[in-house]
Amino acid sequence: MANTSTISAEPSGAKPKPFITWERAVVYTVLIVCALFFLLPLYIMIITSLKSISEIQGGNIFVPSSNPSLAAWEKAWNSACTGLYCEGIKVGFWNSIKITVPSTIVSIAVASISGYSLANWPFKFSEGFFTILLLGSFIPYVVMLYPIVIITRYLGIFSTLPAVVLVHTIFGLPIQTLLFRNYFASLPQELFKAARVDGASYWQIFFRVFVPMSVPIFTVSVILQVTGIWNDFLFGVIYAGPTNYPMTVQLNNIVNSAQGGKAYNVDMAATILTGLVPLTIYFISGKYFVRGIAAGAVKG
Amino acid sequence: MSITSLPETDRSVPLNRNRRSALIALAGLLVAEVVLGSIWKILPQNSAVSPNVFTALMFLMVPPILFFIYDAIWGIKSRNSKMASYPMMLIALGVFVLGTLWTVMFSFTNIKIIPLFTPADWVKGFVGLANYKRLFNTSRWMDCPGLTKAFQSGWEFKCAGALPNMVTYAVLSIAISVSLGFLLAVMMDQKIRAEGVFRTIFLYPFALSFVVTGHVWAWIMSPEYGLQHSIRALGWESFSFDWIANRDMVMYAIVIAGIWQGTGFVMALMLAGLRGIDDEIWKAAKVDGIPAWRTYIQIVLPMMKPVLVTTFVIVSSGAVRIYDLVVATTDGGPGISSDVPTRYIYQNFSANLGQSLSASTVMLVAMAVVLIPWIRVEFGKKSQA
Repeated sequence: MANTSTISAEPSGAKPKPFITWERAVVYTVLIVCALFFLLPLYIMIITSLKSISEIQGGNIFVPSSNPSLAAWEKAWNSACTGLYCEGIKVGFWNSIKITVPSTIVSIAVASISGYSLANWPFKFSEGFFTILLLGSFIPYVVMLYPIVIITRYLGIFSTLPAVVLVHTIFGLPIQTLLFRNYFASLPQELFKAARVDGASYWQIFFRVFVPMSVPIFTVSVILQVTGIWNDFLFGVIYAGPTNYPMTVQLNNIVNSAQGGKAYNVDMAATILTGLVPLTIYFISGKYFVRGIAAGAVKG
Repeated sequence: MSITSLPETDRSVPLNRNRRSALIALAGLLVAEVVLGSIWKILPQNSAVSPNVFTALMFLMVPPILFFIYDAIWGIKSRNSKMASYPMMLIALGVFVLGTLWTVMFSFTNIKIIPLFTPADWVKGFVGLANYKRLFNTSRWMDCPGLTKAFQSGWEFKCAGALPNMVTYAVLSIAISVSLGFLLAVMMDQKIRAEGVFRTIFLYPFALSFVVTGHVWAWIMSPEYGLQHSIRALGWESFSFDWIANRDMVMYAIVIAGIWQGTGFVMALMLAGLRGIDDEIWKAAKVDGIPAWRTYIQIVLPMMKPVLVTTFVIVSSGAVRIYDLVVATTDGGPGISSDVPTRYIYQNFSANLGQSLSASTVMLVAMAVVLIPWIRVEFGKKSQA
């Protein structure tokens, strides 16, 4: 992928142009209008969460509260009701952590080793297996959901944490393997050969030569997996079981379990809280995030 | 520009005839088999770990044992690589291939609640296309009264149900997000100021969960206190925006939310594609006096075909499996007017497995149709090269 930041930073073009042309004006107008459209929901989420219910019912959705308060946030975190229990979305937050951490570690461990094997130690049928994985990543999840229900039930882990970790490992494998395989293949072959000549084994080359060189790709892959797993809803609702429901499922339950009128301010506070982890990762890691999502599609 | 092709280098690895380590591994595996075979007998009755776990592990260790026996006698090339790829192979074959096959095969049986596994079950339960007939006679899945009277006088094309809803969503959201994404990418490519800021703004929705997106848009579009209420309060009494509560318009409301979430992703891919175009092309076009917009449409766009195809496939595979967004925005409502296949399938898991499996197979076929252009780009050129 092209390094986007350096290209735009360099001045280019031979002749100086007038300060602003009408073409530039059109470009900026379109971009700014689109930017407003994309920012609008974030703005509305934030101002709604700071309002009181009476302000929401009487006021305008675009106008910020005259008396902003964090009461809705406090309620969303600590005491919003998800059907039977009223313990807030914090339960879901901790569940999501419990799901995301092991799922990310296991799936990246499996995928990085598979990618390393595919790129540097190919064997008969290795590309065949990889093609299956790649095609498998496009198969609608529902096609494989029930078979996995059968497997996890047989193993007695259905509706438990290990089941979700297993499912995230399975469905994260194709894209993660692709990421690592392409990265390892792009490293200079001489490194690998030199290590071979020096008598390094499969595992020594991986841990002593490749892993230290691969911090960027591990970063990209952690970002992709953490945001992907955090944002998952379907696997959480099917395999995790009610005691382990991740934050997305809890959020949905909080919004849907409104009794006696919807508390939009609490709903929006819970919504922001759910989006906060991936958003923070996104804003901190910007370039890596873009690289991750583009790697699967463009890098070759 | 291909995902699957690797650089042409010699990666052959010398034959590894290290018998000792093969025998050690073999001994370790056999000891593990014995331990696993006996451990569940001494487990407490109400143990959290099911005895089946041990059975499964013992079964999974059989191929490695055979592998190391072979290795100890004849030697195996790149042994560690093959062993380390075992989990990947298991997932590829055991889940992706066998899981898909099971779903397709047993969609032709009278499976209802209790799943069946064996070929004997399959033969005994075989009912042909009965599940599919029932599926397409279920109005919740597909209800197209217009089709039977197609092209007659007074014909009106109107389809309802989960499958047509998914098609509506897919066609509209792909068409709009791909064209808008391309347009934004072209504008971002004009050496503008604050490019990073714009990219951050366009892409942040993609980092959010569909559940988050769905609830935000459900709130904005809620007729009760949302956009409609606010604009009416400003004095425009007749303003109406109740798509989310309107049976005929609800899918378009979901499309809006989907576009908001997905356009930035398309833009990022397209921008990467645009930046991959050689500067010489631009110079040549400029020298020939071709206006920039024609260069984009007639030269750059055709050159970006691989990026376009990959984007299209990724976006459409997401659109086909749409679920969370609908659950969060409308939960299939009003009534079942925004139901989608994944939701239909999921809700039939517990009571009507045959419907779920046949509907899953239909989705598989739909996805296969979409995948064909990608397969041709990705795997087709190998045979030409």
